[in-house]
Amino acid sequence: MTAIARQKLEAICLPMAAILVALLLFGIFCALAGANPLGVYGSIYRAAFGQWSAWQNTLLRASPLMLSALCTALPAHLGLVIIGNEGALIMGGLGAISVGLALGTSLPPLGVQVAMALAGMLFGGVWIAIAGALRHYRGVNETIGSLLLNYIAIALLNHLVGGPMKDPSSLNKPSTFPLADLNMLGTIPGTRIHWGLVYGLVACAIAYVLMQRTTFGFAARTAGGNIRAARIAGLPVGKLTLAICFLAGSCAGLAGMVEVAAVHGRANESLNVGYGYGGILVAFVARHNPLAGALVSVLLGGILASGGILQRSHDLPDATVLVFQGIVFLCVLYSESLYGRFAIFQEREALPASRKATV
Amino acid sequence: MKPLRNPRRLPVSRRQVLRGLLAASAFGAATKLTGCTAASEGEGEGETSSGGGSEDLVVGFIYVGPKDDFGYNQAHAEGAAAIAALPGVKIVEQASVPETTEVQEAMREMIDIDGATLLFPTSFGYFDPHILELAAEYPDVQFFHAGGLYEDGMPDNIGSYFGYIDEAQYIAGIVAAYTTATKKLGFVAAKPIPQAIRNINSFTLGARSIDPEITTQLVFTGEWVEPVKEAEAVNSMVDQGIDVITCHVDSPKVVMETAERRGVYTSGYHANQAELAPEGYLTGAEWDWTSIYTQYVEWSQAGDTLMNGGIPHIVRGGLESGFWKLSPFGPAVSDEAQQAVEAIKEQFADGSIAIYKGEIKDNEGNVQIEADKEFDQKAVELETMDWLVEGVEGKVS
Amino acid sequence: MAEALGWLGVPLAIAAGTMRGSTPFLFVSLGECLTEKSGKINLGLEGTLLTGAMSAYAISYLAQDSVGEFLAPWLGVLAAGLAGMVLGAIHGWLSQQPRVSDVAVGIAMIIFGSGIAFFLGKPFIQPIAPKLMTLDLGAWSNVPQLQDALRISPLFLLGLAIAPLLRWFFKSTRWGLFVRAVGDSPEAARAMGISIFKVRMLSIVAGSFLAGIGGASLSLYYPGVWTERISTGQGLMAVALVIFARWNPINCLYASLLFGGAQALGPALQSVGVDSFYYIFNAAPYILTLFIAIFTCSPQKTLVGSPGALGTNK
Repeated sequence: MTAIARQKLEAICLPMAAILVALLLFGIFCALAGANPLGVYGSIYRAAFGQWSAWQNTLLRASPLMLSALCTALPAHLGLVIIGNEGALIMGGLGAISVGLALGTSLPPLGVQVAMALAGMLFGGVWIAIAGALRHYRGVNETIGSLLLNYIAIALLNHLVGGPMKDPSSLNKPSTFPLADLNMLGTIPGTRIHWGLVYGLVACAIAYVLMQRTTFGFAARTAGGNIRAARIAGLPVGKLTLAICFLAGSCAGLAGMVEVAAVHGRANESLNVGYGYGGILVAFVARHNPLAGALVSVLLGGILASGGILQRSHDLPDATVLVFQGIVFLCVLYSESLYGRFAIFQEREALPASRKATV
Repeated sequence: MKPLRNPRRLPVSRRQVLRGLLAASAFGAATKLTGCTAASEGEGEGETSSGGGSEDLVVGFIYVGPKDDFGYNQAHAEGAAAIAALPGVKIVEQASVPETTEVQEAMREMIDIDGATLLFPTSFGYFDPHILELAAEYPDVQFFHAGGLYEDGMPDNIGSYFGYIDEAQYIAGIVAAYTTATKKLGFVAAKPIPQAIRNINSFTLGARSIDPEITTQLVFTGEWVEPVKEAEAVNSMVDQGIDVITCHVDSPKVVMETAERRGVYTSGYHANQAELAPEGYLTGAEWDWTSIYTQYVEWSQAGDTLMNGGIPHIVRGGLESGFWKLSPFGPAVSDEAQQAVEAIKEQFADGSIAIYKGEIKDNEGNVQIEADKEFDQKAVELETMDWLVEGVEGKVS
Repeated sequence: MAEALGWLGVPLAIAAGTMRGSTPFLFVSLGECLTEKSGKINLGLEGTLLTGAMSAYAISYLAQDSVGEFLAPWLGVLAAGLAGMVLGAIHGWLSQQPRVSDVAVGIAMIIFGSGIAFFLGKPFIQPIAPKLMTLDLGAWSNVPQLQDALRISPLFLLGLAIAPLLRWFFKSTRWGLFVRAVGDSPEAARAMGISIFKVRMLSIVAGSFLAGIGGASLSLYYPGVWTERISTGQGLMAVALVIFARWNPINCLYASLLFGGAQALGPALQSVGVDSFYYIFNAAPYILTLFIAIFTCSPQKTLVGSPGALGTNK
C-alpha cells in the first residue's frame, strides 16, 4: 500500500472509529436513561440513513449547514475566527427577500432567483466584511465583532418584519410579504430536497479550489500563517481580509436566500434557528476544509434527523439529541489526536531492516 | 440580612405528580423498553402503517419548545396527555421542533413511520407554509392547527381551532381593577401579534369597565422566551408604581416569581401559576385544550373527518365550550370582585356579553369600533387586531 | 404602594440591572480570563453556565428538606461549581490532545453541556427551589424602589471581590506567574520545568468552577428560575467580553457591569413610554459593546495583554 493510500485510509478509519465509540457511549447513556440501546441504534439508522426518505431528511438538514460552515471555514485560512454565521444568514435572507419583492414578477423566475441569490450574497458578504474591516482598520477582535453583529442582525430582522416590512396578513407570526409562487426555488426532481443542497455542494467545491489551487488562496494561507511576514512579502493583507470575509459572509447569505426562497417564501424569525452555530461546529470539526465540511454537514444532518424518533419511539426527552451530538463531536475531535499513533497506518520505512532480521 | 421569601410548597400537587412522571421517563425507571420494538415494526414508507396497536387511532403532537415550560407548550401537552388516556388512542409527541423544514420532516415521520392519521402541530408558525405543504401531500391525513386562519381554497384536510382566551383576560382585568391601588396595570408581552394584542385590549377593557381611569403599561420583550428581559420589565413596571402585572410570553414563570418578590399582584397566563406567587396571585387565564382534543378524538372514532364534512374546518369557542378556565382566586381577591366575576362569567356562558362593543377608541384617539357596532368573538377583525385600546400605554410597532 | 418614579426609573433600572444582571457575566468572564491566560480558549462555558444553573437549582430543591432553606441554595452554588469542574476537566483534557482545536472542543462542549443540563434538568422545571439570600443594603432608604434595587446578592459581591483578587493572583503570586508563563510562551515555561498540561488543566477547571457559579446566580438569584432557555447566550457573550476586556480581570468587571446594565435599558425605556424601536433598544448591550470596541480599539494595540499561545494550538 502506498503512503498516500495509507493516509487516506487513516483519514477514513479514524473518524469512523470515533463515531462507533460515540455510538457506544451514547448507547450506555441511553441504557442509563432506561432506553434499549439496540433499539435506539436501529431507530437512529432508520431515521437518518435507513431509506431514501430518511436520506432526504438528512440532506435537507445538511444543506444550510454546508453554506453556513463556509462562513467560518474560509476566514480560518487567514487565521480569523469568525462566528457571525447566524447574522450573515439573516442579512442574506433579508437582502434576498427585499430584492425578490422589489422585482416581483417583472423578470422571468430564473432572473429573479439569480438576483435574489446575488442580493443574499451581497448582504451576507457585506455583513461579515464589516467584521473584517473592523478587525483590520480598528483592531476590533473579529470573533467578538462578528458575535455582536449576530445579535444586531437578529434585532434588525425582528424590527423589520415586525414593522417596516411587515405583511399585515402574517398575523401571529410577523413576516414580510410573501414571494410570488413562481419565484420560489423548487426541489430537485424526484426528491423533496430543494436546490439549496446543490448550491451548498457547489459552493464547497468552489471554496476548496479557491483556497487550495489558486494564487489567491495561496496568498490567503500565507498571510494566515504569519501576518507580519506576509506584509513584508508585499501581500495586501487588508484587501485579503476584506475579500475573504466578504466571500465567507456571502456563503452564509446564500444560505439565508435559500431558506427564504426554498422553504419559507418570506423572511421571519424562522431564519434564526441556529444554522449559524451548527455551521461553526461543522467548520471546526472539518478542520476548515470545505470538502470535509460537506461530509460533516451530512453527519450532523443525520444526527439531527434522528432526534425526532428518539422522542417518539423511545420516550427520551428532546435534549437527548443534543447529548448525542455532543458525544459524537467530542469523540471525532479526540480522534484527531490519534493520527500517526497507529502503526497500521504508518509507512514502514523502518521495516526493511527488521524484515532482513526475521527472514 | 434575610433569605428571600420562599413560596410555600403544596403537599402533593398535580405538578409534583407530573414531575414524578418526568423523572421516571428521564431516568428510566422501568417502562418503555417495549416502545422501541413497537415502533420498529413501522418500516413501511408512504402508506400509513400503524405503529401502535392495530386499530389504535394514532395522534401526533408537535411542540415548538419543551413540553414542560409552565406555559403554551405545557398547556397543549396536558391536553395531549388527557387524550392519551382515552381507549383506542395512541399519541406520539415531539418537542422543541423549530418552524423550518424540520417540522415538515417531523410530520412526515409521524405519518410514515408512526402511522399518525391526526396531527396537531401546535405552534402558530407551523401553519404557513409547512402544514399547507404537507396537507397537500398527504390528503388522507388530517391536520389540526391552533390559531391558524383556515380559508377557502386551502387543502380540505386542514382544520383550525382556538379559544377565546381574551374572555378570561377580560375577567382578569376586572379582578385587577378591584385590586389595584395605583390604577396602573402592567402587561409584559413578547411580540405585538394579534393574539397578544387582543389579550392586552381585553384585559384593559375589563379593567376599565370597572374604573375608566385605569391604564395598562405595555412592555414588549421582543422574544417568546427572554427570562432576563421579562424580569427587568417587571422590575421597571413596579418602579413606575404598577401594582398588577400579567403577561403573554411562552413561559410566565419569571414574570410571576419576580412580581411576587417585588410584592405586587399578578394574573397568570397559559397555565395555573398560583404556586409561584402564593400571596400576589389573583387569578389567571388558563388554556384548557382537553375538551377540544377529546372532541376531535370522539369525532374521529365516530368516523367523521374534515374531508367528509363531519368535522368543521374552524372550531372556536370560549367558556361555554371549555376552551379556557380561570385559575382559582388568590387570597388578595375581594368578595366584591369575586361576585362581579361570577356575574360576568354567566354572561360569557350564555353569550349575552360582547367585549368589543362600540364605541371603542384606540390609544391614539381614533374610533376603531363605532358606537352602534359590536364584534362577535368570531369576528375576523378580532383575529387580525393591530391596534391598542384607549388606556393602553404602548405602541404596536 | 410605591410612588411612580417616572424618568428617574431609567437610571435606577440601569443601576439595579447592573447589580442584578451582571453577576453571570462577571463569573463567566473571570473564569474565562483565568482559562485564556493559560493559553487555551474555553468557548464551552455557555454549556457550563447552563449545567451550573441546572445543578444549582436541582440541588437547592433536593436539599431543602435536609439542610434547610437557608443552606440549600448555598449547597446548590457549590454543586454548580463542581458540575462546572467536571465539564472543565473534559475540556481541559480533550483540548490539550495533539492536533485538537480548543475552539472546536469548546463548541462541542456548548452542545454537550446544554444537552446534559436540559436532559437532567427536566424534572426540575416545575418545582420551586429555595433561592439564595440577598443583602438588604437599602434598608436606610424609605423609597421602596431603591430598597429593592439595593437588595444585592452575595454572589455579586463575591464576583466584585474576585476580580481584583484575580489580578493580584496574576501579578503577584508564584502560581499566577506559572499561568502567565504557560499562556505566553509554553517553551519557556517548559524550560522552567512547569507542567504545561497541569497548569492549563487547573486553570480550565478553576475557570469552569467560576462559570458554574455564574450559572447558579442565574437560577438561584436573578432571574431565579430554571428553564431551558434561562441563558440567552450569556455564556458565549461573557467569553467574548474577555477579549473585549483584553484579558484584564478588572476590565472584565467593567465589561460585565456595562453589559448587565445595558440589558435593563430596553424594558426600562418602554415602561416610561419610549415605545418605538424596542427591538433595537433591546439589542442595546450588543450595539453598545460594539461601539465601545470600535472607539477604544486601534490596530496597533489589538494584542496588548493577549496571551502569546492563545489560538496557536501550542
